[in-house]
Amino acid sequence: MSQLLLDVNGLTMRFGGLLAVNGVNLKVKNRQIVSVIGPNGAGKTTVFNCLSGFYIPTEGSVMLRDQQIAGLKDYQISRKGLVRTFQHVRLFQKMTVIENMLVAQHRHMNTNLLSGLLKTPNYRRLEKDAMNHAAHWLEEVGLLAFANREAGNLSYGQQRRLEIARCMVTQPELLMLDEPAAGLNPNETKELDELIIKLRDVHEISILLIEHDMSLVMGISDHIYVIAQGTPLADGNAEQIKGNPDVIKAYLGEE
Amino acid sequence: MTSSKLYNAIFAAGISLILASLMIGIKLDTDGSTLAVRGATATQWMWIGGGIAVVFFSQLFSAQVDALFGAIPKPNIKAMLPQDQKMTTLKPWLIAALIVVMLIWPFMVSRGSVDLATLTLIYIMLGLGLNIVVGLAGLLDLGFVAFYAVGAYTYALLSQYFGMSFWACLPISAAMAAAFGFLLGFPVLRLRGDYLAIVTLGFGEIIRILLNNWTSITGGPNGISGIAKPGLFGLEFNRRAKEEGAVTFHEYFNMDYDSSYKVIFLYLIAVILVIGVIYLINRLMRMPIGRAWEALREDEIACRSLGLNRTAIKLSAFTLGASTAGFAGCFFAARQGFISPESFVFIESAIILAIVVLGGMGSQMGIIFAAIIMTILPEIAREFSEYRMLLFGLLMVIMMRWRPEGLVPMKRPNLELKQP
Amino acid sequence: MSEFSLYLLQQLINGLTIGSTYALIAIGYTMVYGIIGMINFAHGEIYMIGSYVTFIVIAGLMGMGIASLPIILIVALVVAIFISSTYGWTVERVAYRPLRGTNRLIPLISAIGMSIFLQNFVVLSQGSRDVALPPQITGGWNFGDPSLYEVSLSYMQVMIFAVTFISMTLLTLFISRSRMGRACRACSEDLGMTNLLGIDTNKIIALTFIVGAALAAIAGLLLGLYYGVVNPFVGFIAGLKAFTAAVLGGIGSIPGAMLGGLILGVTEAMTAAFFPSEYKDVVSFGLLVTILLFRPSGLLGKPEVEKV
Repeated sequence: MSQLLLDVNGLTMRFGGLLAVNGVNLKVKNRQIVSVIGPNGAGKTTVFNCLSGFYIPTEGSVMLRDQQIAGLKDYQISRKGLVRTFQHVRLFQKMTVIENMLVAQHRHMNTNLLSGLLKTPNYRRLEKDAMNHAAHWLEEVGLLAFANREAGNLSYGQQRRLEIARCMVTQPELLMLDEPAAGLNPNETKELDELIIKLRDVHEISILLIEHDMSLVMGISDHIYVIAQGTPLADGNAEQIKGNPDVIKAYLGEE
Repeated sequence: MTSSKLYNAIFAAGISLILASLMIGIKLDTDGSTLAVRGATATQWMWIGGGIAVVFFSQLFSAQVDALFGAIPKPNIKAMLPQDQKMTTLKPWLIAALIVVMLIWPFMVSRGSVDLATLTLIYIMLGLGLNIVVGLAGLLDLGFVAFYAVGAYTYALLSQYFGMSFWACLPISAAMAAAFGFLLGFPVLRLRGDYLAIVTLGFGEIIRILLNNWTSITGGPNGISGIAKPGLFGLEFNRRAKEEGAVTFHEYFNMDYDSSYKVIFLYLIAVILVIGVIYLINRLMRMPIGRAWEALREDEIACRSLGLNRTAIKLSAFTLGASTAGFAGCFFAARQGFISPESFVFIESAIILAIVVLGGMGSQMGIIFAAIIMTILPEIAREFSEYRMLLFGLLMVIMMRWRPEGLVPMKRPNLELKQP
Repeated sequence: MSEFSLYLLQQLINGLTIGSTYALIAIGYTMVYGIIGMINFAHGEIYMIGSYVTFIVIAGLMGMGIASLPIILIVALVVAIFISSTYGWTVERVAYRPLRGTNRLIPLISAIGMSIFLQNFVVLSQGSRDVALPPQITGGWNFGDPSLYEVSLSYMQVMIFAVTFISMTLLTLFISRSRMGRACRACSEDLGMTNLLGIDTNKIIALTFIVGAALAAIAGLLLGLYYGVVNPFVGFIAGLKAFTAAVLGGIGSIPGAMLGGLILGVTEAMTAAFFPSEYKDVVSFGLLVTILLFRPSGLLGKPEVEKV
């Protein structure tokens, strides 16, 4: 059990009278790709928002390596090593690619104000380290050549990759991707696929994925959770999910 | 298309007639003990007519007006200056030359000019301070003058009650203003931006009310007078030393007493303070905190997801801005020798905001430029002084409509990755 | 009753009087905020203009020899509402509409410019001095023990309560029953969606500015008559107070604005009962910060759910 990274139990989110998420359980182990799928409006993004601290869940526990993180603020959760991307890319459009990467390292390089004002050697060293770290991750996602471009001028697929690189530079243990393949062409989707697998196998992190693209999910996931109307419907590996009659019903509707 | 334009123009002219005729056309007048009204004079009606005509034609030709405003050239600093490579070698020399001119200039002109220049420098300092808050961090502070007041009163009170010197009080004033900024910002900065605007507006009023009513300490509306002027390493700039045994500046250097020394000395202090603030902001913009401000302006949610504590980051901008106002306030008190709550009314906040907006939010060059215009123009056009605030207000609306980036748009220092 | 409790009763009456006018102004803030999510910074000035128009009409009609007070007041009310609403509409048209969809800071600054402009426009056209109007509605009821403390409820105060009550009722009916009112509610739920449904949201936004300005004009008339003086700077503080009331009750919520106004008015009157009256502004500001600190969504507001 030592390898259990994220353990979500009975996660429930209520907006006024609306029950958006109802008793969702999730487990993510070390070096695992876990997907959450479900029809539109099933509450997948709400689950993400609860896990990442944008919403405070009404009920339920979220344990990150034996630490309760439900109720913590969003920035505190991300500092614990749980970082997410967004359904609609959220880059700092007018800043350059490299600056996007540096903002993400803010807390690693934010020494006191005075050392920055005086450009002390320690400050310079930290800044150089941050630059190198950023350059390393840009290379990993194939964006090093675009480092000095404005982020808003990148192609959509590049923006998606930059968003992932920007998360990785914060050195997370668990990366949560909210529909990373949405709007990508087949070629870009394939690249993304390879990138996600590389993150697991080479960089040894876990990934929690929300995705509509079934072929992507089925191909790379170690475990899949299905939720419908905010309620857990099924979980298992790709084969089990494909054969589950409830899942088919939820996706295709009642016959 | 044209007929709808005509209709629009007639409609706008009609509205203007309604708006103007009652408020300008009829004037309330106290007639003995009763209230009476009287009509406007013929000239006033002519003005109303002229105003309506302006509205009518600007609506009729709104497309052309838009185009006209859009066509006003945006000064491109980069194009005006030599090429990048040359720039890096030339820049220190240019700055050095500018500083030398700033230092020599006061000895050649009249006392009045130097005094006006000092005033301008105060406004530059305030504008740059507010720029940290509004331009860099994107927070609207409508009570900036409150921190200015805190700085000024800190020095005035410390000087009056404890006889502390200007130089000792300068950092204390800034720290006090920063502390007030911190206390005010902490509850409010977690919330949406417009709350901050209104809370700072209220805070500005409260500080003024407290200063006005806390008569036993602040002297109330009478203010505090006889605030000590700054000295140079203990040398005073008075004709005679105030304290027994102290030496004055002119005695020490064996010169004849000249009251303009004091004015020039104050000017030089202001120059140094402004240079300090410019350096500070230049560094901040290139530091992680400066990038974080910009990132927060662009996308707050993304920042939070990356582990940035938005309250702390905004608070740092708010506090730094407040401390700049504290510096300016301390200097202002020293320069005037007399302060009262009159100097710290909302209009001052509005003027400082107008400087930032006119110059260009985030643009230091623009703000310096705007501060110079805003302080010197009213001096030249004294006969129009009653129209000053009206024009400021109008200017803010017009700028936001056509040039929200200001006269000299901000140019951000881009950090470049040097490819191996 | 003891002298002290009678005194408090008097303060309560005074507080509710002022509070109900705060509530009228606060509705303007809350309605605009509910729909476009922005503070109408020029709203206080609209109230001030309402007061001026009231004075002008009253002085003008009396100058023409019309002595019937009801006629004078009704004409003043109609004209004040009309002129203020026109100003309110103009503010939206000039300072907000062209800037919709830009960075939030930009319309905010433009509205502050508008507020400064309007204030100084009145300074230039009407002078910056206080203009005084002799009391029009005099008399009232006195009760309590004359030997201890006499509590008075003036006809003017009764009129303020009555007019406020009628205005609020009409507004509530308008919002809940009329077609336009329904559209207003739809807009405050989801502006973009309402637009897609074929409702002219520009019209609805303009309407909220107009309705808000009309209520501010009513407040301007009532407070103008109550205090008997007006100057170009009254809008600034009144706007700040009304905004506090709106936040107190929960910005975006109309019943909240009413409640917030009354609470604020009573708080101020009670403060004035124990401290020098200058400090009542300090207390109301302290109340604003406290509310923002502990309950940013206000008493009746619903917490904002961020869309991620």
